[in-house]
Amino acid sequence: MSQAKSASIMDTRILIPAAGDAFKKLNPRTLARNPVMFVVATVSVLTTVLFLRDLAAGNGNLGFSFQINLWLWFTVLFANFAEAVAEGRGKAQADSLRKARTETQAKLLSGSDRTQYKMVAGTSLKVGDVVLVEPGDIIPSDGEVIEGVASVNEAAITGESAPVIRESGGDRSAVTGGTQVLSDWIRVRITAAAGSTFLDRMISLVEGAERQKTPNEIALNILLAGMTLIFVLATATIPSFAIYAGGSISIIVLVALFVTLIPTTIGALLSAIGIAGMDRLVRFNVLAMSGRAVEAAGDVDTLLLDKTGTITLGNRQATSFRPVRGVSEQDLADAAQLASLADETPEGRSIVVLAKEKYAIRGRDMASLKATFVPFTAQTRMSGVDLEGSQIRKGAVDAVLAYVGSGTMPVSGNAAIATQANSDTVRELQAIADEIAKAGGTPLAVARDGKLLGVVQLKDIVKGGIRERFAELRRMGIRTVMITGDNPMTAAAIAAEAGVDDFLAQATPENKLTLIREEQAKGKLVAMCGDGTNDAPALAQADVGVAMNTGTVAAREAGNMVDLDSDPTKLIEIVEIGKQLLMTRGALTTFSIANDIAKYFAIIPAMFLTFYPQLGVLNIMGLATPQSAILSAIIFNALIIIALIPLSLKGVKYRAIGAGALLSRNLLVYGVGGILVPFIGIKAIDMIITAIGLA
Amino acid sequence: MTLNGWLQILLYCGIIIALVKPLGGYMTRIFSGERTFLSPVLIPIERGLYAMAGTSEREEQHWASYAVSLLMFNLFGVVVLYAIMRLQAGMPYNPAGMGAVPPELSFNTAVSFVSNTNWQNYGGESTMSYLTQMMGLNVQNFLSAATGMAIAVGLIRAFSRASGPGARKTIGNFWVDMTRAILYILLPICIVLTLVYVYLGVPQTLGPYVEATTLEGAKQTIALGPVASQLAIKMLGTNGGGFFNANSAHPFENPDAISNLIQMLSIFAIGAAFTNVFGRMVGNQRQGWAILASMGILFIAGVGITYWAEAAGNPLMHAFGLEGGNMEGKEARFGITLSSLFAVITTAASCGAVNAMHGSFTALGGLIPLINMQLGEVIVGGVGAGFYGIILFIIVAVFVAGLMVGRTPEYLGKKIEAKEMKMAVLAILCLPLAMLVFTAIATVLPSAVASIGTAGPHGFSEILYAYTSAAANNGSAFGGLTGNTPWYNVTLGIGMLMGRFLVIIPALAIAGSLVAKKTVPASAGTFPTDGPLFVGLLVGTILIVGGLTFMPALALGPVVEHLVMIAGQTF
Repeated sequence: MSQAKSASIMDTRILIPAAGDAFKKLNPRTLARNPVMFVVATVSVLTTVLFLRDLAAGNGNLGFSFQINLWLWFTVLFANFAEAVAEGRGKAQADSLRKARTETQAKLLSGSDRTQYKMVAGTSLKVGDVVLVEPGDIIPSDGEVIEGVASVNEAAITGESAPVIRESGGDRSAVTGGTQVLSDWIRVRITAAAGSTFLDRMISLVEGAERQKTPNEIALNILLAGMTLIFVLATATIPSFAIYAGGSISIIVLVALFVTLIPTTIGALLSAIGIAGMDRLVRFNVLAMSGRAVEAAGDVDTLLLDKTGTITLGNRQATSFRPVRGVSEQDLADAAQLASLADETPEGRSIVVLAKEKYAIRGRDMASLKATFVPFTAQTRMSGVDLEGSQIRKGAVDAVLAYVGSGTMPVSGNAAIATQANSDTVRELQAIADEIAKAGGTPLAVARDGKLLGVVQLKDIVKGGIRERFAELRRMGIRTVMITGDNPMTAAAIAAEAGVDDFLAQATPENKLTLIREEQAKGKLVAMCGDGTNDAPALAQADVGVAMNTGTVAAREAGNMVDLDSDPTKLIEIVEIGKQLLMTRGALTTFSIANDIAKYFAIIPAMFLTFYPQLGVLNIMGLATPQSAILSAIIFNALIIIALIPLSLKGVKYRAIGAGALLSRNLLVYGVGGILVPFIGIKAIDMIITAIGLA
Repeated sequence: MTLNGWLQILLYCGIIIALVKPLGGYMTRIFSGERTFLSPVLIPIERGLYAMAGTSEREEQHWASYAVSLLMFNLFGVVVLYAIMRLQAGMPYNPAGMGAVPPELSFNTAVSFVSNTNWQNYGGESTMSYLTQMMGLNVQNFLSAATGMAIAVGLIRAFSRASGPGARKTIGNFWVDMTRAILYILLPICIVLTLVYVYLGVPQTLGPYVEATTLEGAKQTIALGPVASQLAIKMLGTNGGGFFNANSAHPFENPDAISNLIQMLSIFAIGAAFTNVFGRMVGNQRQGWAILASMGILFIAGVGITYWAEAAGNPLMHAFGLEGGNMEGKEARFGITLSSLFAVITTAASCGAVNAMHGSFTALGGLIPLINMQLGEVIVGGVGAGFYGIILFIIVAVFVAGLMVGRTPEYLGKKIEAKEMKMAVLAILCLPLAMLVFTAIATVLPSAVASIGTAGPHGFSEILYAYTSAAANNGSAFGGLTGNTPWYNVTLGIGMLMGRFLVIIPALAIAGSLVAKKTVPASAGTFPTDGPLFVGLLVGTILIVGGLTFMPALALGPVVEHLVMIAGQTF
């Protein structure tokens, strides 16, 4: 949804409908979801009724109470508006997604023959149905490719126009409803019924329609409701105190005091903050399946990161040729180059490049050499060439040693001596291999005609800047663990180079799961990302499991977030977004409560001035009249909601400077700032309304 | 204010700080069931008591069962104490021939002593027999103090027990905690203190009152009794209920500066040491010191204001040529400094004993005792009660702060979630409920207003102070209010029950919920709760969350009284 990234906060396409929605949200059932604003609306109804009664009777200070009533309703409307703006941004995205969900026809297959299908409506498909999708067809629903390979345009979901390959088997078998097949054909087994597809879930998520309150939000709501009750007690008891003192307080003034004291600022913005948090993830091309997952992301203690693609560049590169005694580097390079000429893997190509750069060995034509390429297989774990009478092999050290020792070499006259010499070479080769592994490289042994020549050193290239990212994570208090299939020596060297805190070498799905469970038993929250079906159990076990969009259906089902860009480094940003969400709530709560001090100083002297004029000393802001003081306080209280909408949507910036420093910074800005700002704001409003004669 | 005065205040603070570690260490050993130098003597008694009660130190209780034991035990205490007062006329040790205490007063007094409030709508020497004082009131002095200590220990265990799979969900055994608090801590210290008080001249006798003839030839009855033994626990257990009506202003209940110092030290000793017990049990004493530092800041600020206000005196008096500070209602042997200091200590710590009449303080001097109580008695606070009270504020503080560092809030590795927040809010809410609502009713009820001793804002303060003191379980009063009426006896009694048990139950529920939680190890992402930042945060939270509620009431009471006085208006 790259198109949505441009949607700014001040976009009129969002603001105008939101203003309308603010009124629609006055529906009591909608308001009841937010205890603080519900209370404000209730007392506003009360004062409006009183105002109408006074209007009919023609008594009382009608101009003043009309203005108070107006601003009370504005307070509620501004809160609704904040929520509507936050939802509006999601709605724009949902609309573009809906276009992708247009009615499609599906080719429902009845048998194994792919010519026998009947056209049915996409919505009528059931889980388990098998459909054929051909070039130009829209994939009718989520499913798994069971036959064929196709290039698919997933722009509708990811915003990325470059097509991706989807094929049966392996880790790229999942297809998403609403995406389009560009070339070739695939048979797809449907895995989601109409209405519960990935696209449907995405739409309801970005719209915030099914937004559930998250655990921290519930706890915060309890605190806010409690504060509201406390201020009910504080204000409802004032009239009898006033009677004792021989005075009286009008209900409208009491309501004004009450509404300014209760935490309306955070109450008004709370749901907008939550929606905006999800929205930030969506614009980041990450879909969280629940708000709970976003919050959990902020709490993550341990981050499991796959080495390949996350910490290192996907491809290892040859960096040197290390011959055994009796073989020259030139010979080794020559043999390695020959063995790699037809090898299209990045490793193979990097060997050819290195041979050319270092030893000026030019590329040769395979056909003129009458060479046949022996491709890599999972069984032999070697590749190479067969020339006339000569075999060159390169591969994993143990595989090549097995090959050399297996007797495929010509047997020499004196087997014993040959074996003796051979075992020396084996030891030497292994020493070189170990040395390379310890340094974080991958050794690739090369042999010709059963004779070991040496080792090609392949090196993992750690991504630029990743070390700094890990240092930042450490300052955030997050431990990073690198997951790799490498042997422990290699893993340790790469871990040290990349600056991760720990590593899991020779990782299997089982020990990955065990690692997560161990961390969780220590009370830690674990995040990881994965794409393969064998990652699914770990993804499900992790507190935050980010599945790659390119991954399998199983992986996508197991995770609680899906990264549409399939970029595993995003975990780091996801954690930051989670923290930002919590911080924004905390900061605005602090600000809201700290505001009360100034409001007391505005309203208390104004309220009691008729019977205790001495309390005028407390009017430290020098507000013009009791009416202007009360009005200024309630106007400030309403306007601050509007003023803080941008902050609640953008979020308070997270800085990895350690919790203590972060807290003192935020306490200074939102706590001390929250005490001071209303003094200035209320005074300014008082000057304006006095100047234009409103009070 | 004088340098000498401040030196006395600092000396007091210094001794308290010096006591925190040794006493905290001793209490930690006791509540952990470790051996101490008293064990050889006391273990047989302790075991015997458990055998009689049919419990064992190995039997732990879930929070709900802990709470039920506590509530039943306290209910039993109320019933027994009520019965003793109603029946005292026919019982022994009644040399002055006191009649039965009236029903409403008995209810008020029974609730008052069981809830560690010790609000007294009676004069001890003219109402209670020796038996009532000794076996009724004084027994509850021990039991209510031990109850508070038991709850605090239960709550501390909730933090110190790192729960994992298969761990205990229990918070201790109420009977064991009670027994240990009394047997190892309260009783031994009180025995020593009683002897010291007797040495300093406090009476300790079962003999009758003494008739004396004054120089003018008038007959005077001099009240006596087992005073020293009651005085010791009255201060150490932050009970505050005086043997005599004049409480610690009475020469027999507080003869001189030394007895005054010992009394002031007794009030804070256990409460301050609890912060250290907490620190030790959670494995980092700095955590305890941080809490004590927050309390200390609020305390010193309060002492400073009251001392300043009392030393500055009343400008209206100055206009008549009466220079100096405000000595009205103060004992000459204590003076302005020690009366101000005592008043702030006794209200900060939920004790309620007085050595001067708080109602005679200047408006601002009396404002601080009111605020101390309205903040929920968390500035050191009552034995145990102050500790669990401040934990409630800590929960609110770390919740907001935790969000601000971008994590689910946690304190000492225990996550603060909806349930803890619900309970903390309930407990914090019940104080303004009891204090403000009853005050609001009383200020418009003619029969209740008739009880006040002074017109104008000071009369309002008298009513506000009474309900504040009751709900905060303090027990001190702004004299002038006639509290011994059916209305005040009943409503103050209800206020005391609300302020005590509506805080205790949520506090124990929090303990039960936290003890079952896993302890999250600290990382760079968790903000430290043992440094100055946390101290500042906690002080701010206590003042804003605890204090803002009372701004209107305080403005109409002491604040306006002060402003009116400056303006020269009197009532």
